[in-house]
Amino acid sequence: MRLTARSLRFVIFILFAVFFVVPMLWLFLAPTKSDGALVTSNPFAFGSFHHLVQAWDHLDSYSSHIYRKWIENSLLYAVSATAIVLATAIPAGYGLALGTFRGRKVILTLTLIVMIMPAAALVLPIFLELNALKLIGNVLSVILPFAFYPFGVYIAYIYYSTSMPRDVLDAARIDGCGEWTTFRHIALPLAKPVIALVLFFSFVADWNNFFLPFAVLAKSTQYPIQVGLSDLLSSTPSFNPAVGGAGQQVNIFRPELALATLLAILPVLAVFMVSQRALVRGLLGGGVKG
Amino acid sequence: MPFILPYLPFLILFGILPMVYALTLAFTTSKGKFIAFRNFTQAGNDYRFGPAFEHVIVYTSVWLGALIVFVVGLALMLHSRASKATATFRFLYYIPGALAGAASVLVWLFMLDPGVSPGTFLLKNVFGFKLFVQAIAPGHLPFIFAMIAFWTGAGGWIVVLYGALNTIPQELEEAARIDGAGALTIALRLKLPMIRKWIAYMAILSFATGTQLFVEPQLVNQASLGMVPDTWSANQLAYQLAFRYGKFNEAAAVSVDLLLIGLIAAVLIVTRTGLFRRED
Repeated sequence: MRLTARSLRFVIFILFAVFFVVPMLWLFLAPTKSDGALVTSNPFAFGSFHHLVQAWDHLDSYSSHIYRKWIENSLLYAVSATAIVLATAIPAGYGLALGTFRGRKVILTLTLIVMIMPAAALVLPIFLELNALKLIGNVLSVILPFAFYPFGVYIAYIYYSTSMPRDVLDAARIDGCGEWTTFRHIALPLAKPVIALVLFFSFVADWNNFFLPFAVLAKSTQYPIQVGLSDLLSSTPSFNPAVGGAGQQVNIFRPELALATLLAILPVLAVFMVSQRALVRGLLGGGVKG
Repeated sequence: MPFILPYLPFLILFGILPMVYALTLAFTTSKGKFIAFRNFTQAGNDYRFGPAFEHVIVYTSVWLGALIVFVVGLALMLHSRASKATATFRFLYYIPGALAGAASVLVWLFMLDPGVSPGTFLLKNVFGFKLFVQAIAPGHLPFIFAMIAFWTGAGGWIVVLYGALNTIPQELEEAARIDGAGALTIALRLKLPMIRKWIAYMAILSFATGTQLFVEPQLVNQASLGMVPDTWSANQLAYQLAFRYGKFNEAAAVSVDLLLIGLIAAVLIVTRTGLFRRED
């Protein structure tokens, strides 16, 4: 009886593992095959490196190297926004945790509420605002909203209010350090793990964001990779028979689309797999301490 | 406190001001005249409004149901037998979390294409889909989107709930076992009530997130020859009203509806679950 319960549980675990892993596995293998082979061969067979290279050549030459441009754009938006996030969120978390000033509680509560609200709920209001400011189509209309990252402020706040020994700060002040020097030389170096967490989460959130850049950018050469993928999807004949002829010309078929998807997720996936433990601890650290 | 000064303009410009501006637009005409709820009724009478909210509600319910049943169930089962193997499972479930936005949708478009999917057998024989267009027929969409969202997000929630389960003192579990409670009783009577807060958090947050659906139907619209309208979800409708028809005030009204759902959910989580600290 015990044994059957245990094996039943194991079967359930395996079934879910299949559900979660198989699509990833398929994605890794698909670009190594031709479109025809994708249909006829075993879905989990490896094709050849030759096909992989060919798929990349097709993808790369699509619309005069626009794929590279999309990756560059994504990097530009995510890196510059994350840099601003680090410069604003870490000090803000520090200030909210250790400072006493009027309006502190209001700022903290607002930050918390905007952080928990689904980001997509703010996209259209931001779009309307930027539209009124005539900023639609400008890359700043992606970078600046990305640079507002309340979750980063909150992680820094939690860190400084729970793990920062006040005596150390007081000692620094007694030794004649000013507020800024204390932060720069004591508080900032202590927060390295938090800085890494904010960096990662902010970067990933920006890299994966679709809705905001989709709404506020006008030209396809400005697209980040996520929006670029949707553009590519429209050029793939098997998902969009209307472009059938055009698909032939641009050489974008399912292996190319799969490769485009795979390359788009690879950076995030790599960090995800390597630093799973640290990330989970960071995620939990955000809330468990309540 | 000078340390928060660099952050303030961002909080105001991209957190508070957009909400205030959307509210202002929603209650005025394009010339700025106050008209109370007229934009809301006008948008509400749009023939696409009802279906859009209906789609989103069906999708969100399916997703929430799957999350609550499977995530809680898996977390409890994994926790009742902690071992190297279960740690591996947790990790495997978590991997698709790296995918979001358009990438996860594309992966599932492949999975639903009977021509190339590794699940062709399932698609053809169990569900009877021989063609891609059959697989993404409008009636299936809420389920498909729920599955995509579950695929990317469930692993993360399992990890979170598992972490919460780990905070339950070992002695409690041992005491229950000495009293003769079996694994199932311990899971349902002891552990489940102790992670209630986290389940509530997951449910409220997912409900709010679900209602904002945008990227999934947007991509399926592009891959379906227009069979799926570009106003399938509420957020898409708001976007199209603004972007294509220039009806900014009506668009603002729809987005205020959605914003309210998000706001209420956030306030509920902050004030009721006690999971987030606001003061020392």
